[in-house]
Amino acid sequence: MGYNPAEEVTCKRRFGCRRREKQMAETLLDKIWRMHNVRELASGQTQLFIGLHLIHEVTSPQAFQMLHELGLKVRFPQRTFATIDHIIPTSSQARPFADRSAEEMAAALVDNCRAAGIQLFEVGSGGQGIVHVIGPELGLTQPGMTVACGDSHTSTHGALGALAFGIGTSQVKDVMATQCTAATKPKLRHVVIDGVLSKGVYAKDVVLAVIRRLGVKGGVGYAYEFGGSVVEAMSMEERMTVCNMSIEGGARVGYVNPDETTFNYLRGRRYVPQGAAFDRAVAWWETLSSDPAADYDDKVRFDGSSLQPMVTWGINPGQSIGISETIPTPDAVSEEERSSYEEALSFMSLRPNQAMAGTPIDVAFIGSCTNARLSDLRIAAGIVRGRKVAAHVRALVVPGSEAVAASAEAEGLDEVFLEAGFQWRQAGCSMCIGMNADRLNGREICASSSNRNFKGRQGSASGRTLLMSPAMVAAAAVAGEVVDVRGMLQ
Amino acid sequence: MSQPVIHKVTGRGIPLPGNDIDTDRIIPARFLSRLTFAGLEEFVFADERRENIEHPFNLKRYEGASVLIVGRNFACGSSREHAPQALLHWGIRSIVGELYGEIFFSNCTAIGIPCFVAASSDVQLLMGTVTAKPETEIELDLETLTVRFAEQCMTAKMPEGPRRQFLDGTWNSTYSLLAAGEQIEQTAALLPYVTGF
Repeated sequence: MGYNPAEEVTCKRRFGCRRREKQMAETLLDKIWRMHNVRELASGQTQLFIGLHLIHEVTSPQAFQMLHELGLKVRFPQRTFATIDHIIPTSSQARPFADRSAEEMAAALVDNCRAAGIQLFEVGSGGQGIVHVIGPELGLTQPGMTVACGDSHTSTHGALGALAFGIGTSQVKDVMATQCTAATKPKLRHVVIDGVLSKGVYAKDVVLAVIRRLGVKGGVGYAYEFGGSVVEAMSMEERMTVCNMSIEGGARVGYVNPDETTFNYLRGRRYVPQGAAFDRAVAWWETLSSDPAADYDDKVRFDGSSLQPMVTWGINPGQSIGISETIPTPDAVSEEERSSYEEALSFMSLRPNQAMAGTPIDVAFIGSCTNARLSDLRIAAGIVRGRKVAAHVRALVVPGSEAVAASAEAEGLDEVFLEAGFQWRQAGCSMCIGMNADRLNGREICASSSNRNFKGRQGSASGRTLLMSPAMVAAAAVAGEVVDVRGMLQ
Repeated sequence: MSQPVIHKVTGRGIPLPGNDIDTDRIIPARFLSRLTFAGLEEFVFADERRENIEHPFNLKRYEGASVLIVGRNFACGSSREHAPQALLHWGIRSIVGELYGEIFFSNCTAIGIPCFVAASSDVQLLMGTVTAKPETEIELDLETLTVRFAEQCMTAKMPEGPRRQFLDGTWNSTYSLLAAGEQIEQTAALLPYVTGF
């Protein structure tokens, strides 16, 4: 049943593209959509097969309940994987959890997975972590797959050349019952980032710059295909950071065409085929990238060389500036953006024309599905090594997964952070969403490597979030205020 | 098997001015630590209501409203179905606005809340009318895609797929998807990663 490129006719029939050869160039989105199209529904939507369904404790218990009420079972339990991440404490993860509702949700997930025959990566298994960190890390996410999860940051998995999107709980129930979802094919925007990033500018800065220009609603109805020399030069983990925040620009799907970087990343991972099967997989994965002649609904270009470290000043991820810039004045804001602009300045207690550099911070958080992978921790550790966290700053590092934590500890990164005055925690979503004990208090300002600066996002209704790269968070932790990390790089 | 068809929604409105109101604001994350959606109406806009006694969801004059009127990019951000479920449990049966977060829109469809898209000027007019006269009856028609109120009639939009799902009573898509039967396994069997390459 293997894919042998020599058997081209057979393969083209299997992949359903025989008639399309030559006359029709396709994008990766087109190819994946076509191969996963079970049928057209009466509504005109597509019944789309889901290759990988990831579940967690917050958005799945109601779906299991609905399924039970319908008298249905999980149709493809072997294509469903579970982890506990949102509510998990990061100080001690011994069961039972101190928070009764958290314990109740964890217990429900364990019971539901056991009854349905779903693999759950429990605490201590080595596989537990934030769902969007462990999917790629375990090799569950692969090019050409459709990936769904009851979490908006599912777009992360697009970094591997998958079509990945967040769904709600009723759709989780649909996927459990049928391994399918009813979907409308999005339009496709080619987001090209040319040039070379300068030192101190990271994937997070790239995606914040993209959202700033295209807007938080600019991607509604679109999938984003990220390309260009900057993206091609990125590691897989950097691509994950970019795709992770597609949804912050309104795009439910973000992806990067798979290439050697992708294949090298996947080789040897737990759920990736090994040996000859891996070579056959690569041969198939290579056919998935968007054809050079393919059409896009829209195309935008960015000059990556001109980007600088970014920091948000507002209450949505589009409200950001470069570290050397100042907050826009009202006349520079479109009529459409005016109300959000004024609301943001008022909530944040900031003024037009003010620089973000020099803004004192109370908390520094390095974590989340956006920026808590090993490379993020290495970069942040490089900044704090030999330095101390400012006395008034509460600083914590929350690794994205048990595997990230173990690798970081093997390299001694935990010691670097601890010596500098950071807390070194266990894996989970933590202060990105504030569903566990890791929360802001009152009006605290947090320099955060996470993805959302929404009002109340970090667990305090009046708490304030400044989004930035892990390097910028590390620099802010040390300085006690927002600073340009480039001044701390050797 | 199907759900009720939804051709029309009628009721009084509740205006919620502002753009880019995310689902964290509709229901903050700390209220998601529960196993069911029951009782979520209590937490609709929990933080904003506590800080602002004039928040529309605090005002007696909008009690019993079933049509939520919103601005642009409403309910962006988190995929939490708790947001539309909280609104549904509060009594919201339909929404009129300029633009919606995409996952929220899908979630609303899946639980039977039609979201109408209207021009900015029309949304403003509707908000103004309801603010001045909360007793105004609004009629949303999915067949004609019109919004009628106070002798006004404005046109609205809705993607054809979800509109058909409401009109056909297939907005809970589970049964339509199940009806594909073995076609699901047949599609899977053609995917190299399913067959082990």
